[in-house]
Amino acid sequence: MTHPVDILLVVVILLNFLVLGTPALRLTIRGAAVQGAILAVLPLLVHRGFGWRVVAIAFATMAIKGLLIPGLLEKAMRDIHIRHEVEPYVGFVPSLFLCAVGTGLAILFAGNLPLAPEHVGTLLVPASLATLLSGFLVLTTRRKAISQVVGYLILENGIFIFGQLLIEAMPFLVEAGVLLDLFVGIFIMGIVINHIRQEFSSLDTELLSELKD
Amino acid sequence: MNLLLVLGGTFVCVAGGVPGLLLPPGRAARRIATGGSVLGSLLGLAGAVGAAVTGRVETMTRPWPLPGAALHVELDALSAIFLVPLFLVSAVAAISGGRSFGDAGHPSDARRTRFFYGLVTGAIALVFLARNGLLFLAAWEVMALSAFFLITADRQSRESRDAGRLYLFATHVATLGLFGFFSQLRHVTGSTELVPLPPGVAGTDGGTALFALALFGFGFKAGLLPLHFWLPPAHAAAPAHVSALMSGVLIKTGIYGLVRFTSLVPDPPAAWGDALMLLGVVSAVLGVAFALGQHDLKRLLAWHSVENIGIIVLGLGAGLAGRAAGRPEWALLGFAGALFHVVNHGLFKSLLFLGAGEVVHVAGTRDMDRMGGFGRVLPKTAFFFLAGAVAISGLPPLNGFASEWLVYLGLFDRARASGADALRAAVAAPALALTGALALACFVKAHGSVFLGTSRSEEPQGEVEPHAPGEPAAHVAPMAILAGACALLGLWPAGIAPALARAAAIAAPGPLPKGTLAGLASLAAIGFSSLALVLLLGAVALFLKSRFAAAAPTAGPTWDCGYSRPTARMQYTSSSFARGLVGYFGWALLPRARGVPVAKLFPARAHFESHVPDTVLDRAIVPAFRAGAWIARKGRILQGGRIQLYLLYVVATLVALLFRV
Repeated sequence: MTHPVDILLVVVILLNFLVLGTPALRLTIRGAAVQGAILAVLPLLVHRGFGWRVVAIAFATMAIKGLLIPGLLEKAMRDIHIRHEVEPYVGFVPSLFLCAVGTGLAILFAGNLPLAPEHVGTLLVPASLATLLSGFLVLTTRRKAISQVVGYLILENGIFIFGQLLIEAMPFLVEAGVLLDLFVGIFIMGIVINHIRQEFSSLDTELLSELKD
Repeated sequence: MNLLLVLGGTFVCVAGGVPGLLLPPGRAARRIATGGSVLGSLLGLAGAVGAAVTGRVETMTRPWPLPGAALHVELDALSAIFLVPLFLVSAVAAISGGRSFGDAGHPSDARRTRFFYGLVTGAIALVFLARNGLLFLAAWEVMALSAFFLITADRQSRESRDAGRLYLFATHVATLGLFGFFSQLRHVTGSTELVPLPPGVAGTDGGTALFALALFGFGFKAGLLPLHFWLPPAHAAAPAHVSALMSGVLIKTGIYGLVRFTSLVPDPPAAWGDALMLLGVVSAVLGVAFALGQHDLKRLLAWHSVENIGIIVLGLGAGLAGRAAGRPEWALLGFAGALFHVVNHGLFKSLLFLGAGEVVHVAGTRDMDRMGGFGRVLPKTAFFFLAGAVAISGLPPLNGFASEWLVYLGLFDRARASGADALRAAVAAPALALTGALALACFVKAHGSVFLGTSRSEEPQGEVEPHAPGEPAAHVAPMAILAGACALLGLWPAGIAPALARAAAIAAPGPLPKGTLAGLASLAAIGFSSLALVLLLGAVALFLKSRFAAAAPTAGPTWDCGYSRPTARMQYTSSSFARGLVGYFGWALLPRARGVPVAKLFPARAHFESHVPDTVLDRAIVPAFRAGAWIARKGRILQGGRIQLYLLYVVATLVALLFRV
């Protein structure tokens, strides 16, 4: 627990709980933003030696995940006048409980994985799995489309942490591609949200079931 | 040199259709495409005939940057025997189709059809040449897809779109079988090239699987019963010259695949031969029985393709059984008969389809019960159609008799053996005879109801505006060429015998029988007796003509059974002619009839209609798909319409996959 990376990862896990435990949309967006900003610093610490590539990735991640996307989401939230997630499919306390169980399972599971020696003992894998699970919980239990986007962001953060294991093996282009994918994905979801609002005058994804067939 | 000619011809055929896609529709585009098809086919024909006559094997290999693939082509006597009818039929049908499916009625469709016509010709040629599994599959797919666009040439008609969809389904299921076949072949031989199997493999489970997959994939394409169900609708819907090429040559790629595969097996088990003979007999007898029940002229011809494929497969089975029994003369007669019938069926079936196309063009309908009397409008077509009918019924002096003769001889030889061999041959030979007799009955019905009598149609115009009667040279010449080829092969079967024997030796590697094929089957005698028959018929015809020339012909009704006002509706229709025979096969054909019987004196208005649907399609394929659709509808419970639910499915799948791995 002495490694600075591990301290940051503990904060990331705690942010998962924050996002899952609050009904305030602004808080969930901010939580995801802070998580993204922390992750931007992560490559600098995991990777020994500051190559220009690592720095570039860090800055791009910070800009997109920490500022650009949360900014977009907050603007959307102000535009459509909603502040709170109401009546999620799974309540806030049960979600916290599930998240805790998931985090525990993630730590157990990570202990059994055959990892490269330099990654054994760090929190990289458990944090990654726990974040993936939390993101997935947000995606499946929340009704509002904005919450879904936040869930998607957190899910991607989990994948990003996992990517740190491979940072030496993975070419720069792949990282950049992932970031671009994420940005485009959020962008499209923003457009979709806008259209849902125009069509149904609500952002409740329950109403989307009318579109089936 | 021969191989270069064939490859060059293939290229010209394919390239000929391209300018037509870019140029505005019109004479120039049509001439370039038709010219390309004819020129390319003639080049290819020269090469194929050269290879068939000399028997020289030519190989060419170029690298192909795909793992396991190589551009490996080879021209041997077996490929040549399949290439000759391909290029001959493609050339003459292109001339005929350049006019009949022309720009007038179908401006954009005609352009597309000409392009795919060249492409399908080239792809079939490549299928016959390819010696690498992947190259074979690639050519096979190009062929299958171009054929789809040819079947759906008339995009406006719902019938051709439906037929195309059924064909597309069938051809892709067949290709799936072939993917399995080639991967199993690679598993057995360790190579993607078409190399001989190691001895001893054929009898194992792996060998049986290989044979079953080949039978499935190639049998689908050939139209063997019960995998034939795509064939009648597709051939009925396509333009006539396309039906000629498809029925004459394209379905033979399935036969070619079976022959090429069994040629790679050093020790085929006797069961393979038995299986092929059984399937052949079933296809031949039921194919012609279904043909008897048809009202649609082109559908009738398509069912005859099923029948003839059955005869070919029967010959192959007899040949394979001969190889398994170690009797080279049975093998030679069986394989040579089958390969000869491949050539012959290509010639007379395309002749019949071109003739039928002409009739349908003028009548504006394909329903034989509304035709009649076309012998006076289209005398030359009637004559050539009759020639094709004689050939397909296996009557001397034309070529159908010569090839069936070889198959018969192989079976008779085998019937003289003892035990199980004799029994099998003793069942197959009468079945072949039955097929021939039924085919004759069927063509008496077809030719009689189309060309003889008077028109049965109430208004002489058909469903569409009939085109001005008349027989342009571009329509008659192709039929004349094909009929001439039929007559040549019928009168001089000894001429093609060496080429057939060489091809059969490749198809059935192993010890050769004593004596030549021509000697073994006394083909010279067949030729002479056919010639004598022609001379006799000619003499009788001349005698009758001179006898009746004195009396001037008077026009009047035929003897009318005492009716004072005979009408066209009193003639036998094609359905009434075939009704008895269809009744005998009612257990398989399941004919449907509806109507009000005529009961008492001065009967009230009555009507009657009958219909012979495809039993396999109606009772097996369609219900199976209905069941599939029913299951799929039940599966829609899963579609909750909620994003959250779908995400859960994704994760459940992921977790399940993780646990399996």
